[in-house]
Amino acid sequence: MPTVSVFFDSLQKALGTDVTEESFDELCFEFGLELDDVTSQKAMVEKERGTQAAEGLSDRVIFKVDVPANRYDLLCIEGLVRALQIFKGVIPAPLYKLSSPKPVPQMTMTVKKETAQIRPFVVCAILRNVTFDQDRYESFIELQDKLHQNICRRRTLVAIGTHDLSTLKPPFTYEALPPKEILFTPLNQTEEMDGNRMMEVLSAHQQLKTYLPIIRDSPVYPVIYDCNRVVLSLPPIINGEHSKIKLETKDVFIECTATDLTKANVVLNTVVTMFAEYCKEPFIAEPVEVVYADDYPGNTFIKPGDKKIYPMLEPREMTANLARMKQALGLEKLSGEEVRDYLRKMSLPCEVDSKDKELLKVQVPVTRSDLMHECDLIEDLAISYGYNNLETSVPQTVAVSGGQPVNNLSDMVRQELAMAGFTECMNWSLLSQKENFACMRREADPKGAQLTVEKPHEYSATSPSVSVSNPKTIGFEIVRTTLISGILKTLANNKQLPPPIRLFEVGDVVIQEPTREVGCKNVRRLVAVHCNMRSQFSLLHGVLDQLMYSLNCEPQHEQKEGSKRRTFKLEPSDDPAFFPGMQAHIICSGIKVGVIGELHPEVLGKKGFEINMPTSAMELNLEPFLDWL
Amino acid sequence: MGEAKIEALKKRKLVAPTSLTAFKVEKTEKFSAGDQKAVADLTAEMITKGTWSSTTFKPFNLTNASGVPSAGGHLHPLNKVKTEMRTVLMQMGFEEMPTNQWVESSFWNFDALFQPQQHPARDAHDTFFMEAPSRAQKIPEDYLGRVKEMHEKGGSGSIGWRYDWSEDEARKTLLRTHTTAVSARMLYKMGEEYRRTGVFRPKKYFSIDRVFRNETLDATHLAEFHQIEGFVADRNIGLPQLIGVLRDFFARIGISKLRFKPAYNPYTEPSMEIFGFHPILKKWIEVGNSGVFRPEMLLPMGLPEDVTVIAWGIGCERWTALLYNIRLIKELFSFQQDVAATKKNPMCWLRRAED
Repeated sequence: MPTVSVFFDSLQKALGTDVTEESFDELCFEFGLELDDVTSQKAMVEKERGTQAAEGLSDRVIFKVDVPANRYDLLCIEGLVRALQIFKGVIPAPLYKLSSPKPVPQMTMTVKKETAQIRPFVVCAILRNVTFDQDRYESFIELQDKLHQNICRRRTLVAIGTHDLSTLKPPFTYEALPPKEILFTPLNQTEEMDGNRMMEVLSAHQQLKTYLPIIRDSPVYPVIYDCNRVVLSLPPIINGEHSKIKLETKDVFIECTATDLTKANVVLNTVVTMFAEYCKEPFIAEPVEVVYADDYPGNTFIKPGDKKIYPMLEPREMTANLARMKQALGLEKLSGEEVRDYLRKMSLPCEVDSKDKELLKVQVPVTRSDLMHECDLIEDLAISYGYNNLETSVPQTVAVSGGQPVNNLSDMVRQELAMAGFTECMNWSLLSQKENFACMRREADPKGAQLTVEKPHEYSATSPSVSVSNPKTIGFEIVRTTLISGILKTLANNKQLPPPIRLFEVGDVVIQEPTREVGCKNVRRLVAVHCNMRSQFSLLHGVLDQLMYSLNCEPQHEQKEGSKRRTFKLEPSDDPAFFPGMQAHIICSGIKVGVIGELHPEVLGKKGFEINMPTSAMELNLEPFLDWL
Repeated sequence: MGEAKIEALKKRKLVAPTSLTAFKVEKTEKFSAGDQKAVADLTAEMITKGTWSSTTFKPFNLTNASGVPSAGGHLHPLNKVKTEMRTVLMQMGFEEMPTNQWVESSFWNFDALFQPQQHPARDAHDTFFMEAPSRAQKIPEDYLGRVKEMHEKGGSGSIGWRYDWSEDEARKTLLRTHTTAVSARMLYKMGEEYRRTGVFRPKKYFSIDRVFRNETLDATHLAEFHQIEGFVADRNIGLPQLIGVLRDFFARIGISKLRFKPAYNPYTEPSMEIFGFHPILKKWIEVGNSGVFRPEMLLPMGLPEDVTVIAWGIGCERWTALLYNIRLIKELFSFQQDVAATKKNPMCWLRRAED
């Protein structure tokens, strides 16, 4: 969630002097914001860099407010205060308009075809006669930064450039040129340079270096010129020094270049509607015509030769069904006019339809790009009415209840193991390739995936794993194909406990299975380990016998004539994770469902998990028993 | 011997002072001449021969001694909570969803939920994407087409996200970031059934299972954790019934005071964060997230227009940590889990809260 800093005194000015920290906190809760922190510039610096560094800084109280990620209109103090003023009924929602339907002559931006291969869209607007002061100026810069970080996806989707229009001469062109052909002085630099040199210089820049890869390898870089070939900006990296905005700037030219035209419009409209407040004629913006060249390759959104006038500030009309809205919230008692008034508090100009009293005509302002469907209006009505004022009831829905059989069985098996004296563990399923295979002296067998298709119930110690492409650490490289590695890691971290240490886990492993939709499947397994100063295989063997009785199976050698129980037997195995001659596969109804034995000393020693004590282990597939029980 | 002489001998270290303590012992009334020691244990022999009646037993030392540790096993605290939550939800008439598929396609994890492809949650910073197998197959084709249409152009009263939707992006596989991917599959099935039969059957579903986030680990964040999720799909329900079912659920697990805060969630509208007054911590804490699934998610699935789905999600680790006063979640769920603590961990007793 983005955080916006607001001065407490500005809030008091806007919402009334009776606003306190508590009442503001309450207001935030109601409106869906969160008062995250109360601080000051001084306090923030003091916290980060000590008292000395903070000396002389302002102790003007700042409220840090978390705003929802889809409300770009609340990303600056101007918008936040405006929305709360409207919510509290202090002011009506403003209407955002163009100064004239057509731009002044020459006020055009022509888009050349080459831009299509790197950053195909641009939208523009002008704010005339703006009065900045220090607070406003800082907020203006900060809003652009917040937009860049959020909706613009760190400038990949949209990049904003703002300029002092008085230093420029329209018409403008938006082009894409080889970097060496672009010559300009980047913002806050003193030297004129080409695109390649700019990349070099900015690669040391703390903030800007993260944006360089967006275009670095492209044969052409996007660039905006005025009619004298003055560079306005080289998006999405940096503006030119020439047209830099100053405190005294009056006329502001805004351009947003983009790979996503929908978002470019949202971003442009946000900057325009937030700061048009400071124009001589508040909330009025001046249009710019964007002309796509005739040889511009078309796409879903733009055809060659298209001419578009921006900013598009026209509200979008939405018709909502009053009965449906009220029913969704149990607010049947409200009249159409009451619903209208509640929605107006949410910055939504609206009227009950003059002909059909069941319809509400809403003029969705461009600031509310989050409104896509009637359900968004229902939420606004609920917020305005108060979530906590709704009359609630338990749904009368009747449906069949029940648990998943595999989970029911797992819970019963867990009880059995706990009764047998084992303590349950829960382990992460992500681990390193090495821990899953090499430390276990095992290797993945590519043929294992096919084997899983043919024999779905068979225990396989060599099934190929699924791997993660972007793990933050090597510990999250793959998803486990065995539960033994994980339980041994936990055992190693708990080996100070008095022996014997007996642990178990019931959980899923993931193995490749090429016929499945996602190319792999979860397999529910059980693992149990018994660790003591000397090997005690027969004790774990006894636990297996006991578990198998519970699963309605008995050892083949014990079976008496007439017994209807399924039988199981142990067959010598050669799993490298276990000591030769001290291990066996568990065979039930002819299917190899698991393995049991003394773990190999290398698995227990330095090359493995450093348990350094004899440990017997068993691992078993549980899912076959769902068919057998 | 005179004192001076003793001092002289002392100096020559020929004598040294020493002290003696003497006790005088006398018979009491209970004294008997018989040769009897007090014994610790009652034996089978004493019972059969009746000698127990003439034996003196040592009383137990009860003040500062513990018993011999029990050899029995133990269940994990997190699973104890899972089991109780599962029971509560089944008592409320919910049916468990099949969640044993950790690898999902982006399609079911995001696109089906109307979460746009540029959404930050779909970033590699937040989600584990799979290297192998890297793409999903067999996504129902006509449904995929309807989802694409809804993202690109909208429909049924929605303006959509208006961008070029990529099928390849949707096929990317990942470790599911929420169990809502499973809810989406169940709702799609319900939609299919409705399309086939013309009959919509209301459902109450829940799940408790593992989800994955590519997070930087800290005291309260793990890359793997467990989510409790539930939804009700029916006609004539909405926010009031969502609040109603949440009040019922939380009362059953011991929280009677709830407040709801408007929130943003990409696939629910309206959305609410759930705040509960914790009776032990004596403060309001965020206990979960909830909302009404967006029509843009439900309509491409083929569900009737008048069906609403109310849903919520709760973190299981957080609850367990609160119940058992665990500060570092790692001590509960990781390879560093404290097995000794598991042995001493109390039962998960959820007391129903009074209104």
